[in-house]
Amino acid sequence: MRFIFRTSYSQDYGLAQHNGHLFWYGLLLAALVAAPWLVGSYWTSQLTFVLIYAIAGLGLMVLAGYTGLVSIGHAAFLGVGAYTQAVLTGQGWSFPVALAASAGLSAAVGVVVGLPALRVKGIYLAVATLAFGFIVEEVMARWEHVTGGNAGLSVKAPAMFGWTASSAPAFYLLVLGVCLIVTLAVLNLLRSSTGRAFIAIRDSEISAQSMGIHLAHYKTLSFALSAAIVGVAGALYAHKLRFISPEQFGIAQSIDLLLLVVVGGLGSVHGAFFGAIFLITMPQFIALFKNWLPPAIGQAAGLQAVVFGIVLMGFVLFEPTGLYGRWVKLRTYLELFPTYRRGMFRRQKTFQKSERVR
Amino acid sequence: MEFIQLLISGAALGCIYALIALGFVLIYKATETVNFAQGELMMLGACTGYLLMLWFKLPFLWAALVSIVGMAGFGMLLERAVIRPILGQPQFTVVMLTIGLGYITRGLVTMLPGIGTDTHVLDVPYRGQVWKLGTLVLSAEQGAVIGITLALCLGLFLMFKYTKLGVAMQAASQNQLAAYYMGIPVRRLNGMVWGLSAAVATVAGLLLAPITFVHVNMGFIGLKAFPAAVVGGFGSLPGAVVGGLIIGIVEALAGFYLPEGFKDVAAYVVVLLMLILKPSGLFGEKQRKKV
Amino acid sequence: MSQILLSARDLSVRFGGVLAVNKVSFDVRRGEVFTLIGPNGAGKTTVFNLISRIYLPTTGTLSFDGQPIDRTPAHGIAALGIARTFQNIELFEHATVLQNLLIGFHTHRRSGFWSDLLFAPAARRNEIAARRKAEEVIELLRLMRYRDQRVAGLPYGVRKVVELARALCSAPQLLLLDEPSSGLNAEETEDMAWWIQDIQRELGITVLMVEHDMTLVSRVSDRVLAMNQGEVLALGTPAEVQAHPGVIEAYLGTIDDVSSLRREAVQ
Repeated sequence: MRFIFRTSYSQDYGLAQHNGHLFWYGLLLAALVAAPWLVGSYWTSQLTFVLIYAIAGLGLMVLAGYTGLVSIGHAAFLGVGAYTQAVLTGQGWSFPVALAASAGLSAAVGVVVGLPALRVKGIYLAVATLAFGFIVEEVMARWEHVTGGNAGLSVKAPAMFGWTASSAPAFYLLVLGVCLIVTLAVLNLLRSSTGRAFIAIRDSEISAQSMGIHLAHYKTLSFALSAAIVGVAGALYAHKLRFISPEQFGIAQSIDLLLLVVVGGLGSVHGAFFGAIFLITMPQFIALFKNWLPPAIGQAAGLQAVVFGIVLMGFVLFEPTGLYGRWVKLRTYLELFPTYRRGMFRRQKTFQKSERVR
Repeated sequence: MEFIQLLISGAALGCIYALIALGFVLIYKATETVNFAQGELMMLGACTGYLLMLWFKLPFLWAALVSIVGMAGFGMLLERAVIRPILGQPQFTVVMLTIGLGYITRGLVTMLPGIGTDTHVLDVPYRGQVWKLGTLVLSAEQGAVIGITLALCLGLFLMFKYTKLGVAMQAASQNQLAAYYMGIPVRRLNGMVWGLSAAVATVAGLLLAPITFVHVNMGFIGLKAFPAAVVGGFGSLPGAVVGGLIIGIVEALAGFYLPEGFKDVAAYVVVLLMLILKPSGLFGEKQRKKV
Repeated sequence: MSQILLSARDLSVRFGGVLAVNKVSFDVRRGEVFTLIGPNGAGKTTVFNLISRIYLPTTGTLSFDGQPIDRTPAHGIAALGIARTFQNIELFEHATVLQNLLIGFHTHRRSGFWSDLLFAPAARRNEIAARRKAEEVIELLRLMRYRDQRVAGLPYGVRKVVELARALCSAPQLLLLDEPSSGLNAEETEDMAWWIQDIQRELGITVLMVEHDMTLVSRVSDRVLAMNQGEVLALGTPAEVQAHPGVIEAYLGTIDDVSSLRREAVQ
């Protein structure tokens, strides 16, 4: 059982709350850096995907988990980032500059997509983002002389300052570096007044206004930031796959991102990572177990859809705090053993205050 | 003349959107949940009709009737088992639940031996017939869609206005607490609204099947019904119908007069325009929180 | 520095066919506790919402510290030095008490988006300043126990105090309290009375409040404004207003009505 005694403000707002944090996260970082030499090339590749999806998950988490604005068309930003990176590196731009351009263009598109958010809420906003998602996907398919249309576009390996990250371990370490930077940036935002302004908008817009938070400014900022982060993930995704086409950035990918944040744990940075691990490893598990199922079920094309649907529904019904929430409960149980009380994390039964006035 | 022909085919597709949007709005008015699985319910209804004809050799009208009634029961079951436990949670979680439901439905349907991932033809008695009015051609499928949608809307309108059940449903959707006080069994009514919504979706599926064939992904058309419901104003039943018709007609016109690719995004451009011009939709109410 | 902090002149607001507030005028002097009383539906919270610029008046003007605030947007009110609490608690449920208080400090932030992103020294200084203010308020209102707890699980009385604390964290000149004692028991109301007096005397903050509990009103208020059906009924000290015949009629009905309620003593 650990009691945290704080003696200075810097301890209060610090990222690592106690030495245990530093130790375990340091160990995790060391393991991740050493991964290409510890696990084979297949798992290094899977880890790269996990990190890329974690970055995308962080982007959506900032918007949906922390600012409370739901976006059902977020794969559009993944696509914008991917295509910008593909086109610019194809023209010889170096990796960091192209990455910054992808993030910037994504952010600009994010501002445009966020314009409805200033006037409408809830399902109306969700449908607006859905609409944008479809429109951007169609633009990517039609703008053939830039994006190659439905035939797709091939992508070169990342190159900068004379060095090319052409081998899998080198690319993996590059992705790990970008992921670390993005995670630290998001954590910094969340412990400062900008992040708190997002949370205020999520929980009560009227009181946020009374505290001096300019709603339009912060909502637009949240959209732009979220789009920029997902754009970075898209750029890395393009380099990883070496070939992109518009259908990879459609509604299915958007729903996958939503699945990621909900199953991972909405409203937490860890949730993005847990969700990414789930999204990448679940198909592996399904592939492993499907031979044990009767052929009518095991070989059906829809098996993955059924499993994902059941897991999603299970989490929504029984564990709304997601994988990270379940992990927190487990950790608390182990920390407090044997004094863990069953009702410690019981949810307050919330009664929905109707958003309709009449 | 081409213009009117386009209007007719646009209206026919628009009626399908209208029926699905009607299903959404019914559920939203009653329980303030958004059902992302409405398209899948439509697909399930069409598949049920098809399988009843395939396995049990039922004639079309009987298969249609049985599937409508069966799906209504399924809708009520769904509400009881899955939706009721999570009422009161934020809207986003409920939306994710219905998305999960859609996934499961699509996946399970691929496992049914009669369906799999192939396309199937629904053998309707009026297949292939056409009616001619001068140079205008109206296929029987399109005529059936428009006619039955009109009849259904009329029926629903009469039900909501004149029957006790309809009035009770309106009451429960406007003010739940007051409805409880008046002795209205609100939870049972919510179940019935889900049943009604599933039945309407089944009718849409059975009407759509002759036009687009029965296959597991036919529910994706449901995604276009969202813009339809939003254009009409999300809490309004006549709005859903009008919105659906608008989207259908705009799509048909865009497909003919505008370059390729605009047809697919026409619905979404329309909804964005509506959100800019009139954010609460054509017939929607302006929402504001009272502090 | 003039005597008058907040001034309302002929304030009216119409919602559809209903005139919720009708030509209401009053002045709030610097350093006083000014209370609005009246039956439910009198328009008191509507006046608050007009001052917070959540509603826009149909006619009339409002000025704060000599400057008209008719063009200030809702999010600009806190920067002027006006803070408020809400009748039905509007706290940030999924954040801790400390985070709620830190959000209260938002108008005084001295770091922008980029320094937050990099957690530059400007952001660090902002954090320390915000926490210093929050700790002062926590100490004043005895919220130490609840500092790091999620608001969602707290009892109602504590949430009312957190709402007050959050408003105080913005270091306002004028504090709007909407029914501070509603839902509180006798001890909690007693605490609230002490705090309102501390806020007035030690912190030098002017308080404008809406209240139903007459004991609390008489105890802490310097002046009282009685409203009924959107109009001003009476203005004066608590004793003067409570004796005003119009106020008595609004709350109890006319003399004739009351006499019909008198019962003969049973022998």
